Amino acid sequence: MRVPLPWMGEYVALPDGARGAEVAAALVTVGLEEEGVHGGGVAGPLVVGRVVEFVDEPQKNGKVIRWCQVDVGAEHNGVGGSPRGIVCGAHNFVSGDLVVVSLPGAVLPVVPGGFTITARKTYGHVSDGMICSAAELGLGADHDGIIRLVEWGHADAQVGSDAIALLGLGEETIEVNVTPDRGYALSVRGVAREYSHATGAVFTDPALIDVPKPEDDGFPVQLSDQAPIRGVAGCDRYVARIVRGVNASGPSPAWMQRRLEQAGMRAISLAVDVTNYVMLALGQPLHAFDLDRLAAPIVVRRARLGERLTTLDDVDRLLDAEDLLITDTGGERVLALAGVMGGESSEVNAATTDVLIEAAHFDAITVARTARRHKLSTEASKRFERGVDHELADRAAELAVRLLVEYGGGADHVVTGPATDADERVAQPPIEMDAALPARIVGVDYTTQDVVTGLETIGCRVDRVSDGPGAGTVIVTPPSWRPDLRRGVDLAEEVARLRGYAAIPSVLPIAPPGRGLSHAQRARRSVARALAEHGLVEVLTYPFVAPEVDDLFGLPADDARRRAVRLANPLSDEQPLLRTWLLPTLLDALRRNVSRGSTDLALFEIGMVTRPDGPLGVAPRLPLAVRPSEEELSTLRGAVPPQPRHVAVVLTGQRGLAGWSGAGRPADWADGVESALLVGRTVGVELGVSADVHAPWHPGRCARLALAGVTVGHAGELHPTVLTALGLPPRTCAAELDLDAVIAASSGIRRAVPVSTFPVAKEDVALVVDAAVPAGEVAAALREGGGELLESVRLFDVYVGPQLPDGKKSLAFSLRMRAPDRTLTSAETARVRDAAVALAAERHGAVLRG
Amino acid sequence: MSAPNTKFDPVEVAALAEPEIARQVQDALSAIAGAGDLDALKQVRLAVAGDRSPLALANREIGALPPSARKDAGQRVGAARGEVARALAARQQVLEAERDARVLVEEAVDVTLPVDRTPRGARHPLELIAERIADVFVAMGWEVAEGPELEAEWFNFDALNFDPDHPARQMQDTFFVDPPSSGLVLRTHTSPVQARALLERGVPVYVCVPGKTFRTDELDATHTPVFHQVEGLAVDEGLTMAHLRGTLDHFARAMFGPAAVTRWRPSFFPFTEPSAEFDLGCFVCPGPTGPDGPDPACRTCGGTGWIEWGGCGMVNPNVLLACGVDPDRYTGFAFGMGLERTLMFRHGIADMRDMVEGDARFSLHYGMDL
Repeated sequence: MRVPLPWMGEYVALPDGARGAEVAAALVTVGLEEEGVHGGGVAGPLVVGRVVEFVDEPQKNGKVIRWCQVDVGAEHNGVGGSPRGIVCGAHNFVSGDLVVVSLPGAVLPVVPGGFTITARKTYGHVSDGMICSAAELGLGADHDGIIRLVEWGHADAQVGSDAIALLGLGEETIEVNVTPDRGYALSVRGVAREYSHATGAVFTDPALIDVPKPEDDGFPVQLSDQAPIRGVAGCDRYVARIVRGVNASGPSPAWMQRRLEQAGMRAISLAVDVTNYVMLALGQPLHAFDLDRLAAPIVVRRARLGERLTTLDDVDRLLDAEDLLITDTGGERVLALAGVMGGESSEVNAATTDVLIEAAHFDAITVARTARRHKLSTEASKRFERGVDHELADRAAELAVRLLVEYGGGADHVVTGPATDADERVAQPPIEMDAALPARIVGVDYTTQDVVTGLETIGCRVDRVSDGPGAGTVIVTPPSWRPDLRRGVDLAEEVARLRGYAAIPSVLPIAPPGRGLSHAQRARRSVARALAEHGLVEVLTYPFVAPEVDDLFGLPADDARRRAVRLANPLSDEQPLLRTWLLPTLLDALRRNVSRGSTDLALFEIGMVTRPDGPLGVAPRLPLAVRPSEEELSTLRGAVPPQPRHVAVVLTGQRGLAGWSGAGRPADWADGVESALLVGRTVGVELGVSADVHAPWHPGRCARLALAGVTVGHAGELHPTVLTALGLPPRTCAAELDLDAVIAASSGIRRAVPVSTFPVAKEDVALVVDAAVPAGEVAAALREGGGELLESVRLFDVYVGPQLPDGKKSLAFSLRMRAPDRTLTSAETARVRDAAVALAAERHGAVLRG
Repeated sequence: MSAPNTKFDPVEVAALAEPEIARQVQDALSAIAGAGDLDALKQVRLAVAGDRSPLALANREIGALPPSARKDAGQRVGAARGEVARALAARQQVLEAERDARVLVEEAVDVTLPVDRTPRGARHPLELIAERIADVFVAMGWEVAEGPELEAEWFNFDALNFDPDHPARQMQDTFFVDPPSSGLVLRTHTSPVQARALLERGVPVYVCVPGKTFRTDELDATHTPVFHQVEGLAVDEGLTMAHLRGTLDHFARAMFGPAAVTRWRPSFFPFTEPSAEFDLGCFVCPGPTGPDGPDPACRTCGGTGWIEWGGCGMVNPNVLLACGVDPDRYTGFAFGMGLERTLMFRHGIADMRDMVEGDARFSLHYGMDL
């Protein structure tokens, strides 16, 4: 909400010379956040000028500048009254246009502290001033090029006259952010009242004006809501006022136009400007109909099936049965979407002389739904959605009528007709509140008198119920402009707000003893830290992916990773899916790093993925403020797809950097597997490794990682085709694990393994097996065959070559044997070794190499 | 060599004569002293103490002496050989020390050579700051609660008193799941975990909730559609806004030092009443408590002295009701702040895009702790 200070000053006593920043700072303390201060900050000489002539001059940099001769009046023109030469970059004007010229010495608010205009040499000329745009004068950025005064309603401005006064540039406008519970603050009246609350300044309610009594022969209006929403009638009050003989399409007075501009609205015509002005002043949206185009009676009703309306924005809309409409001819013809936008058929036009002013009170939810349904957020709908003062309708209409009379031809020519006030309001019950509630919530010892005074200050009527224990009970009737005050806590906030939040003390609460991080939380931290210390860099990526990635990564048709949740309103239509695994987005990050010139990269990400385990369920819509039943909760939770945390790793380029100490080591499939095993080992889980064929990995370089036979992830080198398609370097490696599954396997308290202090016995064996036999399985057989005395098995060499038959390989293992309680004899050592080799021979045909 | 003197003749053996022994010792000692390195000393050792050295040969002549002279000669030769051996050992020690010193000099390296053979890793600073914040609350006895990122609308909105028709619900710029009838959204804040925590843990509850959140903002220098929040929720008997202030003050000091100050401004959130926005006194410039006030040119606070940090308030009774908690008996407070923003002003990060584009250089700058 933009509030011009002079306007606000008509309703609340502002200190002399009050600055926008000070007023805004005061409003912050009562909850109106400052968005900015506009205007002001301009110092002269700033004058009206007329462009006498100009020459377009192309420049080397491709720009075309205009070398203009500008008449800025006798007082400011050059020697001998010659026009001033000014360089201008804009092209939206013609010779003869009236413009705003800042002369040397003028200060413009384009930078904090102001920018001082000087005569300066530029583009081969001395520019003796500047032709100003709206942005340069702090009038907003939504104008292209420089200001043409004719477009600003100042076709008659005198050349050489002061443009600061003309445009009201000395006046400041504060912009505040109004939270959605405070519809009343979307008005100068509301903001002025809040300023009064913040500072104690005297507030004068501009709505307190005499209103003529409604008459029986007023324009007939029927409120006929057949289908109230949540039991609330869509319209509970409709005031109609008639004004005849008014020059409705003529211009509104310059002061009104300026205020509208300052408040961020465009001046259009008297009738429209008056309705907007009153809306901004009081917060009551109004609508002006062309009376001649109306046929009584007006009926306010819900839409019928198939009804249509062309709204003022020239859109033909199919109406919904829930839309509340203003209709005439007894309900036959649709005129307007109530509280949202009028229709073309009854619009005020150039020929209009008789108007009907509508000031109604529409239900917030009805308007909110219509505005949302038709994607039509208007100044009116914004206010109705947030709640409009239900006492305002007749007063706002009266204010509008007075302005139309005064500026539409005067009382001699303009005639007002009888007033209509269809009033079916239902009184809201007052709020009964324990007077101690604000203290209980806020933690400040407010007395009952503090509470009563505070609430009365904001306009509540407070009746005290003297009897009863403690502080007693108060019966509070909130003011008509505060429909948001419905319960005790709402009133508690008002008491706290008025006394100031600064008065609330600081007391640290003592929580019951906690259990620290959960096992999973600690385990995730450990994994992230272990990977980082392993030389991997953690990154975070967006979870949005394109459907094409499934094919790009070569996922089989029935792959679970293809079952993704789709967003209805994705940020990019190309990426409507939520990731089901991490690698697609992590590889995207890898590619970005590569494109930025990095070559040796190891990245990891830990994040949730969405894995629907079937068709999407439906999360039931349940009411507010009611605890769902256990069954409903179970349905709710069940409708949310599983979202396990995954960890993924990608590596490319050198893993050990080449340098003075030797050649580098390229990252390879084993780095992928090692990272995956590291994740497990960090949390005390040994993952099983076996060969697998699994997209998008290289079919010969893909390890399946399993826990008790259940696959928890894959690691290895990526498929060359996929790498080419992704534009990633060859031999890029990756791993991805279901981290939740790994951590789940790690829970519980690990039992100790005694550390033997007896000497170790070492034996090396070289086993010849078929080349296709996985080394890991041979090692596993050795381990199993060797039994408990075999402390460790480590593969230290793989040999394939002329000394072996074709299709064979030799695996050299170093065996370490040790007993917990004695030194092993050489006979025992030999038995362990032989048993180990025997099982490898039995399982894999391994033969001891001679 | 002379034959054994079995007849006990008093034969004179020249090699065993006292002057001759003394001469041999003198020769040996000067040879030892003249050995310039360990190899030379080795040669000298052979010459003066080896089997064929003059003293060794002289020793063999002892047998040629009559028994009465043998003892005397033996003592003389033994002493001579001992003296030579000591001299050898001493020289050996000196030469070894010299060699060791020389080796250390020869082995010297250029320690300014790059030592980047092991690649360097890093955590993402957003994760680090989330952990750091969680640690502050865990230290107060709070626990860390979590919830899904794809969430039921009821948890994200209705449980938190967002009326389906209230403008506040539309202001959240929500990602909806297709079809919308599924009633699922990407959570717009970490607050649905408030409801989950209350329903699952009951009261009293003190939890903080770090997590990823989503709104349909285009990515720019100060907005990202995927961002992170940390939420706090405490529900217990007798909690007031004073406890909320105490908690936030403590939190601010833990994150920004003992001088940190906070300020509240009244605001509105559907799930709290009363509600406030809270600001942190600028810690980069002299701030609001500085003797001359904030630095007007401060980029962190924009010259206002205050940095907008988050929102807070007392848990709305409707939220407690939706979670089966009696609002007449229990009160609670909640607060939340954006982690990207916190990281930006805490570390002077100018552009939010750096945090979300996955550039390893961004994370590497921070290493393993903030």
